[in-house]
Amino acid sequence: MSSMHEEVLEYVIDEYIDEDDDLEVDFETALISSGIVDSFSMVSLKVFLEKKYKISLPDSEATPEAFDTVNSICVLVEKHLG
Amino acid sequence: MAYSDKNRAMFAGEIEEIKDKGLYKEKRFICSPQDANILVEYPEGAEKKEVINFCANNYLGLSSHPDVVEAAHKGLDERGYGMSSVRFICGTQDIHRELQDKVSKFLGMEETLLFPSCMDANAGVFEAILDQDDVIIADRLIHASLVDGIRLCSAHYDTFKHMNMKHLRKKLELHQDKRTRLIVCDGVFSMDGDLMPLDEVCDLAEEFDAMVLVDESHASGFIGKTGRGTHEHFGVMDRVDLITTTFGKGLGGASGGCVSGRAELIELCRQKARPYLFSNSMAPSIVAGSIKVIDLVSANTDRRDKLEWNTKYFREQITAAGLCVGGQDTPIVPVMLYNAKLANDMARDMYAEGIYVIGFFFPVVPAGAARIRVQLSAAHDKDHIDKAVAAFAKVGEKYGIIGLDKKGIIEKYGM
Repeated sequence: MSSMHEEVLEYVIDEYIDEDDDLEVDFETALISSGIVDSFSMVSLKVFLEKKYKISLPDSEATPEAFDTVNSICVLVEKHLG
Repeated sequence: MAYSDKNRAMFAGEIEEIKDKGLYKEKRFICSPQDANILVEYPEGAEKKEVINFCANNYLGLSSHPDVVEAAHKGLDERGYGMSSVRFICGTQDIHRELQDKVSKFLGMEETLLFPSCMDANAGVFEAILDQDDVIIADRLIHASLVDGIRLCSAHYDTFKHMNMKHLRKKLELHQDKRTRLIVCDGVFSMDGDLMPLDEVCDLAEEFDAMVLVDESHASGFIGKTGRGTHEHFGVMDRVDLITTTFGKGLGGASGGCVSGRAELIELCRQKARPYLFSNSMAPSIVAGSIKVIDLVSANTDRRDKLEWNTKYFREQITAAGLCVGGQDTPIVPVMLYNAKLANDMARDMYAEGIYVIGFFFPVVPAGAARIRVQLSAAHDKDHIDKAVAAFAKVGEKYGIIGLDKKGIIEKYGM
């Protein structure tokens, strides 16, 4: 996996998983549809991606489906990195 | 016909999907005044049954209090049925002003503005005071009406892990470039019954130049030594900038809500908050009833104290009975079941035992955190609580969860 995958996964764990939570999250773990990340809290992930990779993600593409796994997030980011 | 067969089939299909997911909300009819004992028609068409109510927000037992009912009658007689106006045109009576002043005094705030509901207060307050130069930093488990209000506002927003002060600090550091920061939280969280540590929140707010807004809907009237709320409980009555709360729960249970806080912020709500500007005034009878409620809770702490005793007794007894409960010392007691079907099935069996409680599961609570939420009331007597505990013990035994902790229940039923 790319360094982007590792960076996004690290952010997701740090931002959304409580220290005392024994949830294991990997590149394919469902984040939104499983309830680990709710749609309201998704905004911080979007801001992180935009700052980190210097891109702009339109709301129409920053959907719960696109943000559901680290893998799908990276597909979206890579598309906007051109 | 605009509502074609195709449209009908489409919407009917959506309803079926809701049912298939197990998220359908069934109709339940209460055929008596709101109280500890209520007469219920459930399912629809079934014979009415008297049950003990453990799922109302009637924390202080004031929903059908004779003094409140009498005051509402008087308000109806003296000020009429409706206002037929929004507040700023011709919808503000002297009693609206009186209620606002009494609420300000009760909560220890500078000014108060009434809204048709707390949902409306939360929908209007953010857009009235903040814009795109500002940021709202919200706890992740705030009430849905706050989420909606934040989304209606042009300010940036961010979230922090539930009650995690370390994470809140990180977010405050991150957003120092914004003009204003507003920390948003519930005082008592409605699903878990836990208390936001407002003393720590206010310390961080001072350190990072942020304002604090607290939704006190599940706290006003009974949290704190004299029932002022979570800000009283944590000794920060002068350090919270905005409170939103409701008259639809502990404070009489009818309807209406308010924003209370710093004078300039309240004035901006009066000038700019859309639900205030475009929705009708609270009806005179409800305003008059709410004034009586504030008088009652200001006069003594009898009801608040009884609720505290009931809460402590229920928590002790239900824990001793071997059920797994969450939350803190508030009248919201989640009996944790983790599995949605288990929560639903147990709630149905509890009803058969004469105890009216509801199962909650995703998306109302996080996935894997299904529970039956029990809400205590000052209207409950010890006998009501003993019956509820006995029913939980019997139903819990049926499902084999007595004495099991989180791990044990999840091993048995899954999440």
